[in-house]
Amino acid sequence: MAALTAIPLKPEAASSIAEGVDQLHYFLTAITLFFTVVIFAAIFFLMLKYRRRSPDEVPAETGEHLLLEITWTVIPSLICVVIFVWASSLYVQNARPPAASTEMFVIGKQWMWHIQHPEGPREIDELHVPVGVPIKLTMTSQDVIHDFYIPAFRVKKDVLPGRYSSIWFQATQTGTYHLYCAQYCGAQHSMMIGWVYVMTPSDYAAWLAAASTNESMAAQGERLFTQLGCSTCHVSDGSGRGPTLAGLYGKQEKLRDGSSRLVDDSLIREAIVNPNSVPVGNYPPIMPTFKGQVDEEQVLQLIAYIKSLASQERTNGK
Amino acid sequence: MGDMAAHGAVHDAHPPGFAHQFEDVQQQRDAGRLGMWVFLATEILFFGGMFTSYTIYRQLHLSAFVTGSHLLVVKFGAINTAVLICSSLTMAMAIRSAQTAKSKGTIIFWLILTMALGAAFVGLKLRFEWYRDYLEAIVPGINFVPHAKWGADAGQVQMFMCFYFFMTGLHALHMVVGLGILSVLVWMTAKGRFSPEYNAPLEISGLYWHFVDIVWIFLFPLLYLIGGRYPGS
Amino acid sequence: MSTAISPPHDVPAETRTNYLNASYGIRSWLLTVDHKRIGILYLISITFMFMIGGFAASLMRIHLLEPQGALVQPETYNRLFSIHGIVMVFFFLVPSIPATLGNFLIPIMIGARDVAFPKLNLLSWYIFITGSCFVLFAIVSGGVDTGWTFYAPYSSTFSHTSVVAAALGIFIAGFSSILTGLNFVVTIHKMRAPGMTWFRLPLFIWAMYATSLIFILGTPVIAITLFLLGLERILHVGIFDPAIGGDPLLFQHLFWFYSHPAVYIMILPGMGVVSELIAAFSRKRIFGYAFVAFSSLSIAVISFLVWGHHMFVTGQSVYAGLIFSVLSFLVAIPSAVKVFNWTATLYKGSISYQAPMLYALGFIGLFTMGGLTGLFLAALATDVHLNGTYFIVAHFHYVMVGGAVMAYLGGIHYWWPKITGRMYPDLWARIAATIVFVGFNLTFFPQFVLGYLGMPRRYAVYPAEFQVLNVMSSAGASILAIGYGIPLIYLIWSLKYGAPAGPNPWGAKGLEWTIPSPPPTENFEEMPIVTEQAYNYAGTEEEGHHG
Repeated sequence: MAALTAIPLKPEAASSIAEGVDQLHYFLTAITLFFTVVIFAAIFFLMLKYRRRSPDEVPAETGEHLLLEITWTVIPSLICVVIFVWASSLYVQNARPPAASTEMFVIGKQWMWHIQHPEGPREIDELHVPVGVPIKLTMTSQDVIHDFYIPAFRVKKDVLPGRYSSIWFQATQTGTYHLYCAQYCGAQHSMMIGWVYVMTPSDYAAWLAAASTNESMAAQGERLFTQLGCSTCHVSDGSGRGPTLAGLYGKQEKLRDGSSRLVDDSLIREAIVNPNSVPVGNYPPIMPTFKGQVDEEQVLQLIAYIKSLASQERTNGK
Repeated sequence: MGDMAAHGAVHDAHPPGFAHQFEDVQQQRDAGRLGMWVFLATEILFFGGMFTSYTIYRQLHLSAFVTGSHLLVVKFGAINTAVLICSSLTMAMAIRSAQTAKSKGTIIFWLILTMALGAAFVGLKLRFEWYRDYLEAIVPGINFVPHAKWGADAGQVQMFMCFYFFMTGLHALHMVVGLGILSVLVWMTAKGRFSPEYNAPLEISGLYWHFVDIVWIFLFPLLYLIGGRYPGS
Repeated sequence: MSTAISPPHDVPAETRTNYLNASYGIRSWLLTVDHKRIGILYLISITFMFMIGGFAASLMRIHLLEPQGALVQPETYNRLFSIHGIVMVFFFLVPSIPATLGNFLIPIMIGARDVAFPKLNLLSWYIFITGSCFVLFAIVSGGVDTGWTFYAPYSSTFSHTSVVAAALGIFIAGFSSILTGLNFVVTIHKMRAPGMTWFRLPLFIWAMYATSLIFILGTPVIAITLFLLGLERILHVGIFDPAIGGDPLLFQHLFWFYSHPAVYIMILPGMGVVSELIAAFSRKRIFGYAFVAFSSLSIAVISFLVWGHHMFVTGQSVYAGLIFSVLSFLVAIPSAVKVFNWTATLYKGSISYQAPMLYALGFIGLFTMGGLTGLFLAALATDVHLNGTYFIVAHFHYVMVGGAVMAYLGGIHYWWPKITGRMYPDLWARIAATIVFVGFNLTFFPQFVLGYLGMPRRYAVYPAEFQVLNVMSSAGASILAIGYGIPLIYLIWSLKYGAPAGPNPWGAKGLEWTIPSPPPTENFEEMPIVTEQAYNYAGTEEEGHHG
């Protein structure tokens, strides 16, 4: 019995949105309990009061009551509207990450989470974050669909192969919290779990410094850029066969058919693995595909490098 | 319907092919018609899943789909379209013959002609399109070899060819089933089952045949005619 | 209503010719075109499949007693939950009420001799058996480990199990559903007895009609989806696998376009049964008949518009999420209307508590809980936290098991005397119903809590802090299993030793209660002519516009 009272009913509320989600949850629980009790009680009461008293008893008709039908259609509808508006506004609010978010990168693969900090440290099945800072995670999968789930933060998002998805959160208290994969992904799906360590900003800085034995992602990306031959065509002053990538990230870029697209992580990834799908300006479609030559981690490093050039001057090419 | 005795007296008036769960021939005919329309609705949803997937991918990968479409030979697609439309005409003639009390021979003539056209459709497709595709090594899963000039589009060209074979294959399967149904109808006609009063099997099989024809009318432009065929395009 | 001539009471049931003894031998059953015998063939088949799915569930719940797994390797556990889902959804729940009770009762309730296409009906059963054989083959040839949802690219490219066999089995069984739905639609439209207008139909027929609409429009889409999945797996071409140019979310859209309406295939017939039970055991016309009838149709229509609520966390646009969310709330309203109308029917009724009524009342309570927990999932902000957890598992088991299975059992008990000519022992039935109710709640209520705490579904091992709730759930499952086992025993017992039942042991209204138990093969000696509304216990004259 003691074990029963010790069962928590909810995980810790450790993010800026957790309390809001919990409040909605309590409201929904209250509605559910209310109507369940009302219906059960009504049934119980009516069952007893109108139990059959003789085998041939036939009760009189109680007719139709349009007003009653309308009432019990309208009231549930209104309750649903309230829930919908409340839940949707919470959802829309939480959908867009704050502008000044710290970015981190997640690659899900069977059956572990690779986490990359832009400064260079890599983690497996662990995520160290500073408290009180909005964190944006850009995620992709190397194989099947996974799902990145931190119950204490009330955040969850599918992690898909071939594209990026993102979530953001802001931790509100230090501590250690569960991280799960919440989309069935094969044999060791239930072992694809880990921990999120929320630290004070000074502790986090210390951890970052100690863990940074590698170069930053942007530096690794720059090395790859030369190694793979990208710099041959993408000359920084715009004189090469391909457009310069300086000052490109975050801008709108014109495509050959006249439409324009925002140069974000997804566009750059597409350009690397399927160049023909993003024909830029008047450049001829001669960029080879690098699919199969770079893994998702390396793509993220290249993107980090290109992002680091964002503040440079853009020399207009063709 | 009355009691057993009365039913017995009326029984002799039921035409051959009357099914006794029904009250009368009219009910049987109505049920048969409604049943075939409901079945065709399910077929629309069945093909619809593939049409939807095709449409989405075409939207996402138009250039690859244009390339893929140009691998198909419009001439044979067009001939087959004409063949099928004619077969719908001959099918309608068969039903009309039954409705206007023409001889068994006339009905069978039109049915056989419909079958011949349907078989021609399948034969032309097999010999001049699919076999040709096999020789050109563009059959996905069997011997698909991408051309170098397709570049990164190769994957989606293969996907186009997948949809081509799946959709025309499913359609051809329905044609073959239709040929089977037609042979049964020929046999039933030969046995003298049909008359102006009772020809429901012909009518509802006609509905099926026309439906299969209409599916092709959608498939042909969607698959064969993407991107135009003008010189220099 | 004017009725067929009652059979002479001095002729014992066993000697009178009925559909059971009209012919003997295995051939007369395997080649029957009698809708009643076909209903029984289905009853036997789906009971067998239920036992397979239930066995898988039992192994799962035993395994989950321990955080590190008490019974099997994770790879085996993954096969268990996949088989459990596939068998229970496609080979038990979807056919359960429609193919057994629907087949048996629809012609009788509308005053017809049989369905519109009896041979097609038999073919449907053979198609179902063929599909079942493929799935059974998949089980014994290495199992399936994709989950019943078959998400790509795991199912198309990564799984090393008998995916194609299982997908083929479901594909084939789908045609059984489609043809059954077709048969029912045509039967209900064209073969009603004289005077049986649409608004005089029993609500079970309205529910079956709405279900049949979903059968015919939804099932072809899952068929083509699994067909494409199978082709992708065999030919290694990229339709859903992004590594070769496909889109995994397209699979999910296509899959859920059927599978959401499918859940209404599973619940609508149960709601139809509950309408019949509440009316019969209160001896009253269902309150708000027209509202209940139209609610079945609206559920069927709206059900096709909400599939995206299974994909709120896949990265679909916020706008898509908002639209699917509002439509998901909309689909809840007709169900609420039904619950209120059923409860109101009890008011001033004459209520008796035989087992069918206990199952019906249990349905109302548990379906209310299950349906309301659906609101947590229709609401975007809470769904983010709850998707992929045990909350979802608890929600759908409340509506599928606490709802559909209880309605199915209630219907089996209610119509058992009509189908077999025998009464079952009601005391044992009521004991079993109570055990089922208690066991069910103990099994699945803790899972709501587990879900909010964050335990994901389809986990073969779990953090130790979740153990207490898992043990409670497994304990409940053992009680539930007993509750399901007891009816199996006494129902079979009753075939030989049950008291012979007359034509109307419950004193209920409905054309099926005007003919002998068991019915003769042709159902009615003379075609009934219907002159009154359904459930006309009080003998009310109909208002003019219903005529």
